[in-house]
Amino acid sequence: MDGQVILARLTAAFGGRILETHDYRGDHSAMVDRSAVLDVLEFCRDDPALRFDVLMDLTAVDYLKYPGREFGPRFEVVYHLYSLPCNHRVRLQVRVEEDEAHVPSAVGLWPIANWFEREVWDMFGIRFDGHPDLRRLLMYEEFEGHPLRKDYPVNKRQPLIGPRI
Amino acid sequence: MAERTTREIYLGEGSGTGSGSQHLYVNVGPAHPAMHGIIRILAELDGETVVKADVEIGYLHRAFEKECEGGPYNNAIPYTDRLNYVSPLINNFGYTSCVEKLLGIDATERCQYIRVIMSEISRICDHLTCIGASAMELGAFTVFLYMIKAREYLWELVEDVTGARLTISYARVGGVKADLPEGFALKLCKAFKETRQVLEEVHKLLTGNRIFMDRLVGVGVLSREDTVAYAITGPMLRAAGVPYDVRRAQPYWAYDRVEFEVPTGRNGDNYDRYLVRMVEMEQSMRIVEQALDAIPGGPINVDFQGKPMDPATYVDLGKQGKTEGLLLIPITLSPNLEGLERPVHHRVNVSDKRVVLPPKEEAYGSIEGLMNHFMLIMEGNGIRPPRGAAYFPVEGANGELGFYVVSDGTDRPYRVRCRPPCFPPMAALHRMIEGGMVADVVPTFGSVNMIGGELDR
Repeated sequence: MDGQVILARLTAAFGGRILETHDYRGDHSAMVDRSAVLDVLEFCRDDPALRFDVLMDLTAVDYLKYPGREFGPRFEVVYHLYSLPCNHRVRLQVRVEEDEAHVPSAVGLWPIANWFEREVWDMFGIRFDGHPDLRRLLMYEEFEGHPLRKDYPVNKRQPLIGPRI
Repeated sequence: MAERTTREIYLGEGSGTGSGSQHLYVNVGPAHPAMHGIIRILAELDGETVVKADVEIGYLHRAFEKECEGGPYNNAIPYTDRLNYVSPLINNFGYTSCVEKLLGIDATERCQYIRVIMSEISRICDHLTCIGASAMELGAFTVFLYMIKAREYLWELVEDVTGARLTISYARVGGVKADLPEGFALKLCKAFKETRQVLEEVHKLLTGNRIFMDRLVGVGVLSREDTVAYAITGPMLRAAGVPYDVRRAQPYWAYDRVEFEVPTGRNGDNYDRYLVRMVEMEQSMRIVEQALDAIPGGPINVDFQGKPMDPATYVDLGKQGKTEGLLLIPITLSPNLEGLERPVHHRVNVSDKRVVLPPKEEAYGSIEGLMNHFMLIMEGNGIRPPRGAAYFPVEGANGELGFYVVSDGTDRPYRVRCRPPCFPPMAALHRMIEGGMVADVVPTFGSVNMIGGELDR
């Protein structure tokens, strides 16, 4: 299905909860309101015309130092969906403020969201509500801070940990 | 599947509930010979059966994504080598293609074919390593040696083209570092002949081998639904019966101009994964041979007339203002730059001066070339894609390898996200090993073909 049709279908189904849509370099994306993200994801997965059955990627971007977005919502959680039967893709973006950095978890829809969300929590400090096991994934428990945040000091010394006895 | 045995472990006086058996916790890894990278599986055992498993990753985290943000676009290329260190070329090309998508440029025809050829060679290397190592862990050491022998021939090819065996850094935004060397087709023929022979031998040794099949058939099964729900792609998804291949579904580079089959399995077990990989190697060789036939531009003969001159003299002449006619005089290039001469350069790189470094003769020999060179090298200049984001998926050896690059309009990527193909299978690994025997952890883990570099980044 053509990307524009996918976006039109999403807008028709969710109206104002799809904040904006755009098509840049052939990648079709929709900005989704945080309260609607689970509904939109579920709609994408179960709608007979869309059938996005693969959560290809889930990541986040910290827009703290992005020109023009210094004051806007700081984070953006990015979902890349792919449909095996229909062979089309779409990108969903959710903007999150720093002081309430949490998004509903998609683990109930796709089990792979478990690890993706753990990684985003680890790297960006964005919480996922309803996640069954939100531990750090790549870093160790004693690690302080979230390294992919733009204000993370790159030269920061981290606590050394010895073997656990 | 073999009948499971449950044995009670004597844990000494006063341990646990007394007469009943207790579960035993075993750490497989982080440093374990059967763990291809560094990874820890905390397995809870009931006798020899794995009841529960917790997979812990991150031991090889090198902050790839953070490091990419720190330098210009081309500086991330060496880091991408280290993502999947068995097929680094695919990572290279995946990243550069994503930046090219952001810039809105297309690689030249010849460059696209070169990317296809080198990617497929890498894919064969990757599958050879995967099957060889898995077979070795099951006791078939011969297979490992045979496959490494075949890989060696292919790595020699890679070395011929890129100058390195592993840390190749061959791709550039807008092209490749250098053209294919002379005599490449001949060497490729020889290497493929050897590889085919090895594959035939391995088929005889493994496919249908009673011991090998007993260890793999019906082991590590993941149903089609689970495989899709866990976003697993590549050979593991195809082994479960879904014919998804990015090369076929959404062709990029020159993949729409070559013919190949997408093999699929039926059961989604370790044996099907093995078979899919074996067939894929055949198909990759088929693709390379077709691409080599179709690649535009014939043999490359660079013939300079006149007296060679070294770059230092050139620069001196330029300083004295004696620039007239300088471009007409050929200059000697360092042998390291072979394949980068002007005629070749235009064939494999896009003609976009904002993106591609000029040929070295021009950088050394003309003021325009020198300026062009510095405009790309100086900090704050370089490649500056317009603001926006792009996602570019390629078919890596283990599945869909996606790069998501966000640009803020400066010469440094604002954010580089790599979707590693072996991340989803690792997230699902516990599903594959729970309920099986502890000895089956090793072949299942081998079939995932975990590459620590791209998993942990």
